[in-house]
Amino acid sequence: MLGNLHSHLVLLFASPSSIMSLGWVDSLLIIIYFLSVLGIGYYLLRFTKTGDDFFMAGREMTAWIAGLSFVAANLGSLELMGWAASAYQYGILATHWYWIGAIPAMLFLGIVMIPFYYICKTHSVPGYLKLRYGEGASQLSAVSFGFMTVFMSGINMYSMAIVMKVVLGWDINFSIWVSSLTVMVYVVLGGLLSAIFNEVLQFMLIWLGALIVPIVGMIETGGWAGMVARIHQNFPAGDYTHLWSTMGSFQDNPMGIHWTGIVFGLGAIISMAYWTTDFLVVQRVLSARDLRSAKLAPIIGAGFKMFVPLIVILPGLLGLAVLPGLVGENEAKLIPGAHSYNEVLPLMLARYAGPGLLGLGVTALIAGFMSGMAGNVSAFATVWTYDIYKPLHIKLTKNEGTDAHYVKIGRWCTVIGVFVSIGTAYLVQQFASIMDYVQALFSFFVAPLFGTVILGMLWKRATKAAGFWGLFAGIGSSIAMWAWVKIDHSALKYIALSPYAKDMAENMYRGLWSWTICVIVTVVVSYMTRPKPESELVGLVRGCTEIPSEGDVPFYKRPIVWATAIFVVFVALNIIFW
Amino acid sequence: MVGRHKISIWFIIGSILLMYGVIIFCSNLYEWFFPSQTRMIVLSELHFGVWWGALLIIIGLIYFIAFRPWKKKVA
Repeated sequence: MLGNLHSHLVLLFASPSSIMSLGWVDSLLIIIYFLSVLGIGYYLLRFTKTGDDFFMAGREMTAWIAGLSFVAANLGSLELMGWAASAYQYGILATHWYWIGAIPAMLFLGIVMIPFYYICKTHSVPGYLKLRYGEGASQLSAVSFGFMTVFMSGINMYSMAIVMKVVLGWDINFSIWVSSLTVMVYVVLGGLLSAIFNEVLQFMLIWLGALIVPIVGMIETGGWAGMVARIHQNFPAGDYTHLWSTMGSFQDNPMGIHWTGIVFGLGAIISMAYWTTDFLVVQRVLSARDLRSAKLAPIIGAGFKMFVPLIVILPGLLGLAVLPGLVGENEAKLIPGAHSYNEVLPLMLARYAGPGLLGLGVTALIAGFMSGMAGNVSAFATVWTYDIYKPLHIKLTKNEGTDAHYVKIGRWCTVIGVFVSIGTAYLVQQFASIMDYVQALFSFFVAPLFGTVILGMLWKRATKAAGFWGLFAGIGSSIAMWAWVKIDHSALKYIALSPYAKDMAENMYRGLWSWTICVIVTVVVSYMTRPKPESELVGLVRGCTEIPSEGDVPFYKRPIVWATAIFVVFVALNIIFW
Repeated sequence: MVGRHKISIWFIIGSILLMYGVIIFCSNLYEWFFPSQTRMIVLSELHFGVWWGALLIIIGLIYFIAFRPWKKKVA
């Protein structure tokens, strides 16, 4: 019966030119996965009655659940595939995006910022901005976040469908509709609760499916030393295994980036901005059941994030050791039989995984895609309902609206979000350049938003007008810098400090400058305008807010102790792989 | 995490891992004794699927038993 179903599926959707083909055992594992996530959504429907249940998962998640979900929402399949490919292209330098580009920011969120997000009981980051600065800054960030989230979700969906076509030969329409409708059903049924439960399951499956490659790969190459020796043998001219020693100059490393770009651009601004203000990830932390759990969640997330390179970067490095002939995407199209390094992860999976294990690995990729998409859609539904629809509804009807009404709107927003994502996926299929523009557009908002939020939290003098104009100036300057380089490429030497800088370096420096402009404008306008009285800043700003005690718990249960331990390991790892 | 929910997420994860473990373990054990795989798999002589399936069974069992909904709670 299952064998017949499988062969029908293969006939319907597979093309003969794919990297690997699935057996019936593999198909069975994928079918079980889809049934499980739908079953979880259906089971949780009965517990999703109020707005807090639907949008905030009842604010009763433990630190572990919130922490794992926090990391899983970011661990999309494109993250797995993309960074494995980057590791093949740039070597271990790609690890910066997991270590200095994540760990300090996650610890900073847990220790410094979460108390303010949590105490004010906001539903979202734009919600915090509304309490702190008023409507202007809040609406600007809500609208930009709402649109960009579903567009990015559509782009990821299209990229995932392309991957499934190349790797498994699946029809693009089949991949887009089946996976996105599954996400829609379980998020509509159980809201954030269902998204979080599924993200924890997906997190486990991603690890157990993806760990196969580094373990067998290490056995094949004879451990780390054997792998490094093979890489040197295959690529004698390049240094692919040192994190910092090649970053003294833009020309010395394949990424074309200087250490200042990584430390100040990525570590201090871009990663801080993403991990502390992107509501997609922050929403998971806000669902924690108490302040200590909320503080611990990103710290637990940081602990796991630190080891994600094992399943993402290491497969790319192993690819350099055992599959030295992979080429760029454009070359792969011209050379018959050649494979692109973008396919390194599925190629490694096909190399080592036998029956069942292949299905588990593919399930890990699908789980990664679905956890990322559910994150986007649930965050979109919350921001759209509470920060865009609700103020508009109150203004037009002079009526607060019931909790049940907003839950209903949240469910409709989820459906609309998924269909807009699907529409974006098809739009990208027709006009591929949209992908670059939307990704660039997304990058314009992230760094300035961090400037606005962090000043709002740490500086009580920041005013309502300053919040709006600082954010506006930061976004505007970011767009202007991007356009300047597009029109005149020689402008790169001013924006990225070197004519040799590559795209990633340009993004880092543009983030740094737009954040700086946002902060300067916010400070200047603040001194020109009247601040809010301190009584209105209680629960929102450091110095006006008494942080509640974490309770009488032993030292080893305190967030600061775990944050310190993780920071020490983070420093040690950077020194070991220097 | 159980909270208001009768079934813990860890129990659901345990059940799925247990199911996956049994399927992967059995299919790879069968493959060990009756090889039918035509695709070249590097280090296939290690029968990695058997050991990975067994690991999933162990992890799944631990979660399944520790978080079973019918477990009696200590007052």
